[in-house]
Amino acid sequence: MEWLQQLVNGISLGSIYALIALGYTMVYGIIKLINFAHGDVFMLGAFIGFYAIARWDLGFIPALIISMLLCAIIGVIIERVAYKRLRNATRIAALITAIGVSLLIEYTVIFFRGASPEAYPEVLANKSISILGASISTQSIMILAVTIVLMILLQFIVHKTKIGKAMRAVSHDADAARLMGINVDNTISATFAIGSALAGAAGVIFGIYYTRIDPLMGVLPGLKAFVAAVLGGIGSIPGAMVGGLVLGVVETIVSAIGYSLWRDAAAFVILILILILKPSGIFGKNAREKV
Amino acid sequence: MKKSKAFWGFLVLALVIYAVVQGMISGGMLDLYYQNILIQMCINIMLAVSLHIVIGITGQFSIGHAGFMAVGAYISAIATMKLGLPLIVAIILGAVISALAGLLVGIPTLRLKGDYLAIATLGFAEIIRIMFLNVEYVGGAAGMVVTNLTTWTYAFVGVVITILVIANFTNSRHGRGCISIREDEIAADAMGINTTYYKVVAFTIGSFFAGVAGAIYAHNFFIIQPTTFNFLKSFDILIYVVLGGLGSLSGSVIAAIFLTLVSAYLANFPETRMIIYSVVLIIVMLYRPTGLMGTKEITSLFKFGKKGGSKV
Repeated sequence: MEWLQQLVNGISLGSIYALIALGYTMVYGIIKLINFAHGDVFMLGAFIGFYAIARWDLGFIPALIISMLLCAIIGVIIERVAYKRLRNATRIAALITAIGVSLLIEYTVIFFRGASPEAYPEVLANKSISILGASISTQSIMILAVTIVLMILLQFIVHKTKIGKAMRAVSHDADAARLMGINVDNTISATFAIGSALAGAAGVIFGIYYTRIDPLMGVLPGLKAFVAAVLGGIGSIPGAMVGGLVLGVVETIVSAIGYSLWRDAAAFVILILILILKPSGIFGKNAREKV
Repeated sequence: MKKSKAFWGFLVLALVIYAVVQGMISGGMLDLYYQNILIQMCINIMLAVSLHIVIGITGQFSIGHAGFMAVGAYISAIATMKLGLPLIVAIILGAVISALAGLLVGIPTLRLKGDYLAIATLGFAEIIRIMFLNVEYVGGAAGMVVTNLTTWTYAFVGVVITILVIANFTNSRHGRGCISIREDEIAADAMGINTTYYKVVAFTIGSFFAGVAGAIYAHNFFIIQPTTFNFLKSFDILIYVVLGGLGSLSGSVIAAIFLTLVSAYLANFPETRMIIYSVVLIIVMLYRPTGLMGTKEITSLFKFGKKGGSKV
C-alpha cells in the first residue's frame, strides 16, 4: 500500500502549500498584488515557532498561536509601510516593491542570525500507525487536523463575520464598498493579518514536518504556493485549498516515481500549463477586459 | 542626420574608452582585480540593456532573465570545452541558442499580462535551471569547469554591439511598435500593430544578448554552476533596469556600472549589500516609480542645455 502512504505525504505537503496559498489568494483578491513577501512571512513564522519551542520551552499549540499572532502583526506592518502608498501605482511598481520587501526580510534575518540552517526540535510525538498496510505518522495526522481546523476557522471568518463580509465587499468593488461606509484600509489590513497568520501557522507546521529551517526557505514554498493559488483560481479561497492539495500530491508523485530532482520543475510546468490553457484556474471567474 | 551623429559619437566614445582602458591594462596600471571588475561591469551592462528592451521598451515584465543567461553560458561552455570551438564561435552559438529559447518561451507566455507574465517567466527560468541541474553532461549540481578565455576586449566589444543594436532597434519602426505596446497595448492593437509579434521580437533580442552576456560570464570564471543563475540573479538584473529608469537605455547602463562598483565594494558583506539593494528598490518605487532617469536618456540632458529649453 505504498501509494496510500505517498498520498498521505502529498496531502501533508499540500496542506502546507494550501495554507500559504490562502494568504496569496486573499491579498490578490483584495488589492490585486502578488505579495512576494508572503513566502518570507512564512519563513519568519517558522523561526518564531522555533524560538518559542526551543528557547521558551513552549508546546506545539502555544508556539503555533504566538507565531500566528506575530506574523499577523508583521503582515500588517508590511502592508502599512510598503504597500499602502502603492494602491494607485502601476502593477509593475507594486510587484517590484513586493520583491524588494521580500529580499529585505530575507537578508535582514541573515544579517542578524547568519544563513545557517536550524534543526527544529521535536514537539509532537512521532509514532506510526498502520492503516491499510500504510504506515502513517501521527505528525501528518496532526498537521492535517490543524490545517482543517484553520481552514474551517477561515471559512467562518470570511462568511459569517462582519469583517469577512467587508472583505468580500472590498474585493468585489473597493470604491463601492467605501461608499457604503466600509473602512477599506482597515479591511485590507485585516486581510493581510489573516493571510500572514495562516502563513505563520504553515511555517511552524513546515518546521515540525521537515525539521530543517533556514532564512531562504520561504522562497520556493512561497512561489509554489503562488502556483497553487493560480491553479485553484486566484482570488478564490476554496481554489487555494484545492490547488495546494493538488500541487502537493503531484509533487509527491513526481518524487515517488523517481524524478525527485525534477520535483521543483513540476510546479512550474503546472503553472505554465494552467496559465496557457485556463488562466482563470479551476475555481476562477473569467474577467472581461475593459477599455 | 542627427541619428547618425549620435551613432558616430557613440562609436568614438567607445573607442576612446576602450583605448584608455586597454592602455592602462597594457601599462600594468590595472591589476587582475580591477580587470575582473571591469569585465563584470561589461557583463552586467549587457544584461541590463538586454532586459531593458523587454521591460523598458516593450513594457513586458519578465523576471526570468537569468534563465537565458544560463542557456548562453552553458551552450558556449559546451562549445569550447566539449567541442573545442573557438570562443567567438561559442559566444555566437550560445547567443543563438539562447535566442531560440527566448522564442520558445516567449510565444506561449507573452500572451499573458503583468503579474502572470512575471510569474511565468520566473517559472521558465527555474525550469531551465533545473534542467541544467539534472543533466550529467554539463556536470549537474557540481557545475562545469570552464577555462578562462574572456578578455576585456571580448567583454567591451560585446557591450558596444549590444548597445548599438538595441539603441537602433528602439529608434526603428519595430522599436516604435514596441514602445506603443508599452504605452497602451489595447490602443496599439487597435492601430493595427501586431502586438504579439513585436513582443516576441523584443523578447528574442533580449534573450540573444542575455546569451552573449552569459557566454562571456561563463568564460570569465573557472566554473559555472546552476545555482548562479537562480532568481536572485534575475532580480539583480531587474534592479539595474528599474533603478536606472524603466525605458532609459543610458539609465540602465549607469545603474549597472554604479551597482557593480557598489557590490564590488561590498563583496565581503553580501548581506549588507542585499539589504541596501532592497531598501533602495523599495524607496525608489515608493517615491520615484519611474526609476532615476525615467524614460529620459543621458544625451537629452545635454541637448536641453544647448537648445535653451526648446520643446522637443
